[in-house]
Amino acid sequence: MSIQDEEPLLKAVGVTKYFGSRVGCRDVSFDLWPGEVLGVVGESGSGKTTLLSSLSRHLEPSAGSVKYCMEQEGLVDVASLSEPQRRRLMRTEWGMVRQNPREGLRMRVSAGANVGERLMALGARHYGKIRSEVLNWLDRVEIDTSRVDDSPETFSGGMLQRLQIARNLVTRPRLVLMDEPTGGLDVSVQARLLDLLRSLVSDLELSLIIVTHDLAVVRLLAHRLLVMRNGEVIESGLTDQVLDDPHHPYTQLLVSSVIQP
Amino acid sequence: MRKQLSLQPRIKDTGSPRLAGYNFAYLDEGTKRMIRRAILKAVAIPGHQVPFGSREMPLPLGWGTGGIQVTASVIGPDDILKVIDQGSDDTTNAVSIRRFFTQTTGVRTTEKTREATLIQTRHRIPETPLGPEQIIIFQVPIPEPLRFLEPREVETCKMHGLAEYGVMYVKLYEDISAHGRIATAYNYPVMVHHRYVTSPSPIPRFDNPKMDRMPALQLFGAGREKRIYAIPPYTTVKSLDFEDHPFEIEKWDHCCALCGSSESYLDEIVTDDQGGRLFVCSDTDYCEERRVAGHKSAPPDTVKLAITRLKRGK
Amino acid sequence: MEPMILIENLQKSFFLHLQGGLNLSILNGIDMEVYTGECLALSGPSGSGKSTLLRLLYANYKVHGGSILLKHQGQWIDMARAEPRKVLEIRKLTIGYVSQFLRVIPRVPALDLLMEPLRRLSVPVQQARDQAEAMLMRLNIPERLWGISPTTFSGGEQQRINIARSFMNPYPIMLLDEPTASLDATNRRVVIEMIQEAKSRGTAMVGVFHDEEVRDAVSSRTFDMTNQ
Repeated sequence: MSIQDEEPLLKAVGVTKYFGSRVGCRDVSFDLWPGEVLGVVGESGSGKTTLLSSLSRHLEPSAGSVKYCMEQEGLVDVASLSEPQRRRLMRTEWGMVRQNPREGLRMRVSAGANVGERLMALGARHYGKIRSEVLNWLDRVEIDTSRVDDSPETFSGGMLQRLQIARNLVTRPRLVLMDEPTGGLDVSVQARLLDLLRSLVSDLELSLIIVTHDLAVVRLLAHRLLVMRNGEVIESGLTDQVLDDPHHPYTQLLVSSVIQP
Repeated sequence: MRKQLSLQPRIKDTGSPRLAGYNFAYLDEGTKRMIRRAILKAVAIPGHQVPFGSREMPLPLGWGTGGIQVTASVIGPDDILKVIDQGSDDTTNAVSIRRFFTQTTGVRTTEKTREATLIQTRHRIPETPLGPEQIIIFQVPIPEPLRFLEPREVETCKMHGLAEYGVMYVKLYEDISAHGRIATAYNYPVMVHHRYVTSPSPIPRFDNPKMDRMPALQLFGAGREKRIYAIPPYTTVKSLDFEDHPFEIEKWDHCCALCGSSESYLDEIVTDDQGGRLFVCSDTDYCEERRVAGHKSAPPDTVKLAITRLKRGK
Repeated sequence: MEPMILIENLQKSFFLHLQGGLNLSILNGIDMEVYTGECLALSGPSGSGKSTLLRLLYANYKVHGGSILLKHQGQWIDMARAEPRKVLEIRKLTIGYVSQFLRVIPRVPALDLLMEPLRRLSVPVQQARDQAEAMLMRLNIPERLWGISPTTFSGGEQQRINIARSFMNPYPIMLLDEPTASLDATNRRVVIEMIQEAKSRGTAMVGVFHDEEVRDAVSSRTFDMTNQ
């Protein structure tokens, strides 16, 4: 076991975000280890997206700290990083997959350029090598490699989402934040995407934080679960335990509300 | 300093009368000082775009107002000005701008690159190498090389500040994947002094190598976008490329039909309706100089053959 | 014979908020021990908490009182209080669980499902595949089904995949919840054999068997859950 296995990859303590007097999320704490998938569930307005934005620092938290174990430097407080360091972090060790893939992609350049951009941003200057890396990743996310030079405008929703994932994974991040990755996708497309995520997590020892309202997604992917309501974590634990033996009344409501096909 | 810049416009008799009622070089002295400050900043940070208070000029936006303002701020009564557009001294724009400066400054103008102290240009760098006593001023439409991929000014500012230029290589990547090579023909992005990615203005890529360690001062003015930038003398300027797709300049199969040069940038001129065409130097002064020195174009082989046959037949 | 599971004063109740705050007390202080090489059969009427006890052992349910000590890698760990990460480690290395229903993951073929527990332990791909294929053959799953996801399998076929998956890795502790439900006689016998093999390997097993034939064939002892 490497040293990093003994230290959590991410340590969130008391993360809180207020919008004026309105609570976005309050006092959220958790540890995340390498190779672990944390699901954050709750209904709209529960604060789960606010939490994700506070972790990635798209929003500045009102209180609390987020510490991340960087590859070279060890555990650092993300707030103490300078903006260039943070931007670099988001492009190398972290990934962010947005609910609407169009927001996480450059729609006006080719699929291949989208995937290769991070490599070029980090100094890759050999076209041939960049291209073969790109083709490799398109294959990995099950996008037909013949589409490498096509515009993402011609891609379906599921393909766009997979392209977004490839774009993020090309720099082999250790932590990926995902906001409703299967939102708006057809059921069969969802299944394919979830299966892809499952295998990527185990092959690459990725840690994921997945925000979703879909319990089936967390059942499949997440090791642990945070249930949020009105900005607070009302229950947490092993996924199967929270879903099979829910204690909080809201969790019980949530679990029983799922329509079984 | 090469010459004194004084607050009082010196009215020297240069032979051409100046238009009455206008300050020397049209701009008021306060504006000139503001622009010179911007130029100094620009020179201090090679390739970095400096905002400036672009003024209303008697030319519409998009016709070289930036270049004109820069020229107007550095021109003095002892200067000798050359104005070219696409390499030529006698296109409409070049003529208009030259006349503007004649009327507002009375300075001497010239068509000879070697004689000029200031050269204002649109879309070309003269073929004749420039010297350390000269200043070349470029007219720039869009100063921001990243604009085509990133429309937000706040974001491009950050990218320059953090030297995040991956997106520029994305553009080159796209070219190669679409055309098999970097197809950008003009306004080919360069890295100035190993730090800032800069737009060289819409000069052909052919001219990019001239910018590298040029002994003359290179100034760039964008009037509509309100930016000035500079490349000080002897600064490293490198065109962006990939290791396996290195930067290349254009080549022609022909030489100039007038002076025979195979080293200069050639314009293609359609001569008749039967598809006849002629290739001539785009830089008119350079071509003229060569012809005066006795260079002639080598006639095409078919003509040579015809002449030989004729001689034999005699 | 050494102890692998030590349960002390185990209590579990369910508070059903959605049923007007109904409090169901299922277990009221159970004491139990399970040793290597034995199969302990839980008996008692339905509702007495047999499945609940298995789930508590697997940390699928949360404990309300008492302790569940498991021997994991030579150390005693209390499942009732273990950190989620520890529980996942225990589930990976020490304790296997055969439930009544296979939670089917779409798109994952049967063969890959069986290979997964071994691959998680870094067993090389070819070896994992060979063992998975051997297991599938043993449980009479026709080869044409190996590359297909069990979503379309019959109940019996799904149950056999379920069992196969749990038996891929020789866990020191195994929990079996009605393992032979929906199986025909032939396959029931295969499962009995597998359980007996596990027993002789030294596995400590706790099971719920409604089928008398199976119960009689495999269980070493019985633990009556009535009035617990």
